[in-house]
Amino acid sequence: MNLVVDRRTRLAKFFDRADIVGLGTMLLLALGIVAVGAGWVDGDAARVVIIALVVVLVGIIAMAVMGNGEVRRKLAPYGLLKPGILWLALFFLAPVWSLFVMSLSAKESRFDFWPDFSWHWDNYRTALTEFRPQFVRSFSYAGIATLLTLIIGFPLAYVIAFRGGRYKTILLGLVVVPFFTSYLIRTLAWQNLLADSGPIVSIIDDLRLTGLFESLNIMDNGKLMNTPAAVIGGLTYNFLPFMVLPIYVSMEKIDVRLLDAAHDLYSTGRRAFRKVVLPLTFPGIFAGTLLTFIPAAGDFINAALLGSPNTTMIGNSIQDQFIRQNNWPVAGAMSLVLMAIITVAVMIYTKFLGTEDLV
Amino acid sequence: MQGGAGVPVITLENIRKQYGTFVAVDGANLSIGQGEFFAMLGPSGCGKTTTLKMIAGFEQPTEGRILLEGVDVSTVPPYKRNVNTVFQQYALFPHMTVFDNVAFGPRSKKLDSSTIKSRVMEMLEVVRLADFAQRRPAQLSGGQQQRVALARALVNYPSALLLDEPLAALDLKLREAMQLELKRIQREVGITFVFVTHDQGEALTMSDRIAVMNEGHIEMVGTPEEIYDRPSSVFVASFIGSANLLPGVVESVSGASVTVRLSCGAVVDSSGTDFAAGESVTVMIRPERITPGGESIAGRSISGEVTDLVFQGPSVRLIARLADGTEVGAVVGSHTNLTIPRPGDSVSMSWDAKGSYVLKGHPEMAGSTTSNLDHVEANL
Repeated sequence: MNLVVDRRTRLAKFFDRADIVGLGTMLLLALGIVAVGAGWVDGDAARVVIIALVVVLVGIIAMAVMGNGEVRRKLAPYGLLKPGILWLALFFLAPVWSLFVMSLSAKESRFDFWPDFSWHWDNYRTALTEFRPQFVRSFSYAGIATLLTLIIGFPLAYVIAFRGGRYKTILLGLVVVPFFTSYLIRTLAWQNLLADSGPIVSIIDDLRLTGLFESLNIMDNGKLMNTPAAVIGGLTYNFLPFMVLPIYVSMEKIDVRLLDAAHDLYSTGRRAFRKVVLPLTFPGIFAGTLLTFIPAAGDFINAALLGSPNTTMIGNSIQDQFIRQNNWPVAGAMSLVLMAIITVAVMIYTKFLGTEDLV
Repeated sequence: MQGGAGVPVITLENIRKQYGTFVAVDGANLSIGQGEFFAMLGPSGCGKTTTLKMIAGFEQPTEGRILLEGVDVSTVPPYKRNVNTVFQQYALFPHMTVFDNVAFGPRSKKLDSSTIKSRVMEMLEVVRLADFAQRRPAQLSGGQQQRVALARALVNYPSALLLDEPLAALDLKLREAMQLELKRIQREVGITFVFVTHDQGEALTMSDRIAVMNEGHIEMVGTPEEIYDRPSSVFVASFIGSANLLPGVVESVSGASVTVRLSCGAVVDSSGTDFAAGESVTVMIRPERITPGGESIAGRSISGEVTDLVFQGPSVRLIARLADGTEVGAVVGSHTNLTIPRPGDSVSMSWDAKGSYVLKGHPEMAGSTTSNLDHVEANL
């Protein structure tokens, strides 16, 4: 009798702490998944961990079912976070951990199949010295492409948002329509457009503009294919909607009466644009540049399909090291360096151009 | 009541505005004097906002001229006109502080920064927002945003300030407070205010003069008293306040006194000008001028049967049906000494000598008076 009462109060206390239980199980599950996914435990130990995780998951569900509204209310936030956390643990945290371990590993001898973890920091030296040109190229190509998408995308978004009228939806649709085709197909289509006997080169030839384009470093030996310009052009084309859409969204939100107000307060059209439209579009420009620059810096499709060995970007090199050279440690180091540089660059960018009170 | 001597601040000459085949404003003539608080009043779609936009320069008149302090500005763009607007939803710049919002106009004019600073702070003082200079509009209440909009416009010392339904977005209590506040600010700065509203109560409370508009026409321009007591048309009478509009035919005219046989059978003496015997007219009697249940007075009484009594706090509204079926409303103070008749009683309703006014045409000419609906809308 006494024992039953005691157990009940203990259970009640447990239920009272539902919020801590929820947080605890969430972290436990994430940790367990990273442990299995990153290979901290393997074989039977991994099986035990997986069974334990399932038991915890069932337990927490049972707790939610048995508990009253208060218990469920406390568990709810962690319940809602769980799918996302587990997904990230399995497909982001665990791989990044593995990558980190791999980047500090090395093969003891040339004949080893599997590299061993040995604090081999030399991989990072290799990544930063041997592949320095590719890093520099990636960031400059991505930077130029981002600038070009901004130059092309901003007026486009402006016209759609402020002059689109009833055609807004259609115009916006046209921006997105190319994306119904796969990335690869679109880039392959550019191969044909830019080919030596393709339409663009022959128009340039007909207009006798080859010399001009060569002096601008856009063409090389009368060719467009396999030039930096082709790679940057491909990047610009492929990432344009990622610039147009966020800018459009922030412009769309601008109340046109603000422009009336600016005109009413003695502003010319140009001043109204500079003081009202531009600052209010900044969150869109900020989001657009990040959405363009980050994936463009790691892109390898455009360089692979439109470029030459002289235009390889870091993405191509990482792919090459991973798949063809089987040099996973260096490839891992390169990937982490790329991540680090992008993270730092974005943090600096946010620091200087951050618009947190507007987003 | 034309304020100030000399050239009027705003003059509209035969202004007409057409969108395709739709005529928004037709032949508007107005002149607004220095320092006046002028209201343009009318139901939705009457052309009052279009008129305001033409004065501000956001729209160009199809025909006619707009003069600003005697100079034709019909085709001058808004940023070159010395008038400023307070927009309906304020249109404050969300990315700027209150200070920067107010400083926007002076900075456009490229005044030097110390002048800007003192002017802006002075104007924020006037609207009692000096402590909020560094806030963002989103951090302010509706009434405060309204005052920022006001300061932002007034800081430029415009020849006239245009206000487009400035109080529509505020709740009732705040609106009443802001009406007095606007009046105070206008007295303080002495700038002409042109104020667009569909709320007749607002117009009566605040304005020196009112232009009542309907379907693109200006129906009447006058002081609140003139418009309330001696409306020029059945539309004006029904749009402003509530009015009993009784149809009848003129029996005889002698000077300003008109004798009318109402369609309920009663013969009443009233006042009005320019009528002829046999003309179809409407006699307007304001509900608060009617005393129900007293002695009937020759020429100033009608009788009917009480159908409803509505207690409204300070007053009681009595509704009676006349012999011809017309309903007549009377408003009596709820603590009056009179014995208020009960529904079903027959009642004699009389009014004082100046309590009625004769208008041309039949009550149906009032058309769709949206005053009640608008009132409901304005209170939402």
